[in-house]
Amino acid sequence: MSIRWRDYQVKGFYDELLRGTGRPRSWARRLCRYFSSLKDDDLRERQTAAEVAIRSMGITFTVYSEEDGSIDRAWPFDLIPRVIPSREWNIIEQGLCQRVQALNLFIDDIYHEQKILKDGVIPAEILADSKNFRTQCIEVSPPQGVWAHICGSDLVRDKDGTVYVLEDNLRVPSGVSYMLENRLVMKRVFPELFSHYAIHPVDDYPFKLYETLASVAPRRRERPEIVVLTPGIYNSAYFEHTYLAQQMGAELVESSDLVVGKDDCVYMRTIEGLSRVDVIYRRIDDLFLDPEVFRPDSMIGVPGLMRAWLKGKVTLANAPGAGVADDKVVYAFVPKMIKYYLDQDPILPNVPTFLCIDKTERDHVLANLDKLVVKPANESGGYGMLVGPQASQEEREQFVRLIRRDPRNYIAQPLLTLSTTPTLVGQRADPRHVDLRPFILTGKEQYVTMGGLTRVALRKGSTIVNSSQGGGSKDTWIIDEEAQ
Amino acid sequence: MLSRVAARIYWMARYLERSENTARIVNVNVNLLLDLPRSVAVGWQPLIDITGSGKLFHRLFRAPRQQNVVRFLIADQRNPGSLLSCLSQARENARAVRDVIPREAWEAVNSLYMAAKSGLPGGLAHSRRHDFLNGMIARSQYITGLLAGTMLHDAGYDFLRMGRNLERADMTSRIVDVRSDNLLPDQPEVLPPFELIQWMSVLRSLSAYQSYQQTEQGPVMGGAVLRVLLQNARFPRSFAHCVGEVQQCLRDLPRSRDLVAEALALSEHVAEAPVETMNKRDLQRFIDRLQRKLGQLHNAISETYFAPPAHKEKISRRASPRAAVRVE
Repeated sequence: MSIRWRDYQVKGFYDELLRGTGRPRSWARRLCRYFSSLKDDDLRERQTAAEVAIRSMGITFTVYSEEDGSIDRAWPFDLIPRVIPSREWNIIEQGLCQRVQALNLFIDDIYHEQKILKDGVIPAEILADSKNFRTQCIEVSPPQGVWAHICGSDLVRDKDGTVYVLEDNLRVPSGVSYMLENRLVMKRVFPELFSHYAIHPVDDYPFKLYETLASVAPRRRERPEIVVLTPGIYNSAYFEHTYLAQQMGAELVESSDLVVGKDDCVYMRTIEGLSRVDVIYRRIDDLFLDPEVFRPDSMIGVPGLMRAWLKGKVTLANAPGAGVADDKVVYAFVPKMIKYYLDQDPILPNVPTFLCIDKTERDHVLANLDKLVVKPANESGGYGMLVGPQASQEEREQFVRLIRRDPRNYIAQPLLTLSTTPTLVGQRADPRHVDLRPFILTGKEQYVTMGGLTRVALRKGSTIVNSSQGGGSKDTWIIDEEAQ
Repeated sequence: MLSRVAARIYWMARYLERSENTARIVNVNVNLLLDLPRSVAVGWQPLIDITGSGKLFHRLFRAPRQQNVVRFLIADQRNPGSLLSCLSQARENARAVRDVIPREAWEAVNSLYMAAKSGLPGGLAHSRRHDFLNGMIARSQYITGLLAGTMLHDAGYDFLRMGRNLERADMTSRIVDVRSDNLLPDQPEVLPPFELIQWMSVLRSLSAYQSYQQTEQGPVMGGAVLRVLLQNARFPRSFAHCVGEVQQCLRDLPRSRDLVAEALALSEHVAEAPVETMNKRDLQRFIDRLQRKLGQLHNAISETYFAPPAHKEKISRRASPRAAVRVE
């Protein structure tokens, strides 16, 4: 027995690797043939090899438990890669750059003249009720006009094959280290595949991240001092914080390592004494950054940090207040932003979105709750959502009340049928739903990761890809079909 | 190097060393009691004294007996100085710097703690205690070797060695202090019974018996034991050696001029002392002074390198063996 593509069911979904049962897509043909040539024992051996690699490389994510404090779980990883041909990827890449460029222009505009509101392209009340609009940021001009230096946008593919942007994470997106480690694991476990395929490398990311951060340093220096600010070892993404710091050759700091001096510069405490910091890649939410300005109870913030930032003595990436564009209502206007700021047509479509703040659209949502997905504007990680078709009558009625009470805070989208891709279940391949999170860097220049992190819902039929809820991940290949 | 990281490494090393030393003194006391007739038995109070945990112990238990002392020193999580508590602290410190120390070292510290936790309280049973404690000591030694062989020998390694050696010097001086209390005569002409066996056990608790035989030759004599344990710079658990190591580490660190001078002064102070001819009171005074200076050196290192108040030594310093009579 081995993997038999004739038994692989693709009915009703767009599958990333197969056009139909037994029929691999042209760019996946060689890969599918390779996997079906592996005997059960071979497969099992490779699976073990991958597990050993993951353990020995220490790839973990942290789950908090009462009993033992924090536990590091091995990262769940699936052996069959997800493949995207480079000609399709090139378009996605351009679309992402366009999008993030517009988002940065939007944030900058919002904290200065607010032209887009004055011109009536986006209703002003949306901003007035935004949870992530920070009055402290008004009139601030960060270096290069960049607010969102690191953006993680979630892409999904519907059953007709169209790729949509589901959301843009502009606050502290995570997952890039897993993308990098997934590739290392694959290279260890399937070296022969890499000699046969022309797969675009992903490992320049830490270097590009360093370059991006260096390009927005407040002082012109050969090697600006860049640090990664982590909330600490109990954060679920701590592995990623240490990984990125190591890969960039930057210090990994906690808030107690930093101090703001009388000269408004930020210093880190070292055994040599105080040492000035130029750029902080912060992995802490806005509201915890500075107890003097935001939440006074923050134990993970640095008193005076906002003062230093406002005076231009230090660059924060992402900039405080960048989250104003990380709002599902604002999201709905991104295509209009692209038109408004860049005078271009959007390359990547949004998922059709109904805004409950608009009377006509709200009525439509309320009348069709059993067909729609309702999301609150500012939550992430799937919290506070209603998946209409799967919800009970009671849950739907609760959302009717929630929407009526605070229409600004809700949007609705049709339920997309996420694409599937072959995933190992035992020694068989079975379709599982996936999404894709590429990372877009913006400094003096823009850069998009080659592919991104493919997250896979390991439970049959599930579309929940979060690692804390039974999600796994795969290596993502961008390949040149011509070079096959 | 970040101050916080330096502090964490330093404390990780201190706690590892402390747990190893605790295992050693318990192990040796068990053996000592087997050799001595009941009439002269030194009992278990000295271990409580060495670890400076008398107050807490007497709040929790009445008389010190083998069972409660061993449990208190090894497995009791109410005792911050117990082997298990120390390992837990070592592990938390290691976790916080696991991106700095070699991955295997973090794993070894983690699994040492796990082994202690899962091995207890069964490891305290009479028949298994010796193996259990020896296992703990061997695993600590493994970590020390692993770090020496794989960790970058940079400032971080200096802090590691300083933590280990300050802790070790502290423990050596405590052992000498408490043990000599009932071994050194008040008047030179009256020798305590089974003196030889007791001095041998002092050496054994510091793995110093072989070294003693190689450097001193002949029967075990109190004065010579003190010379080895306090002054022989070639013996790696002697006070002089440990302070010498600290001094060497400091030399490589920035902003260390005053600290080097302080360590040097302490070295000289030990080297010049006539330990062989000291009577009980002289020795106690002398050791009190050593301990105070050790504490000062620790404070000075702390203030120079770990300064940020958020990380100022959260860990309480243990009371000294005769805290009641000492003004700190």
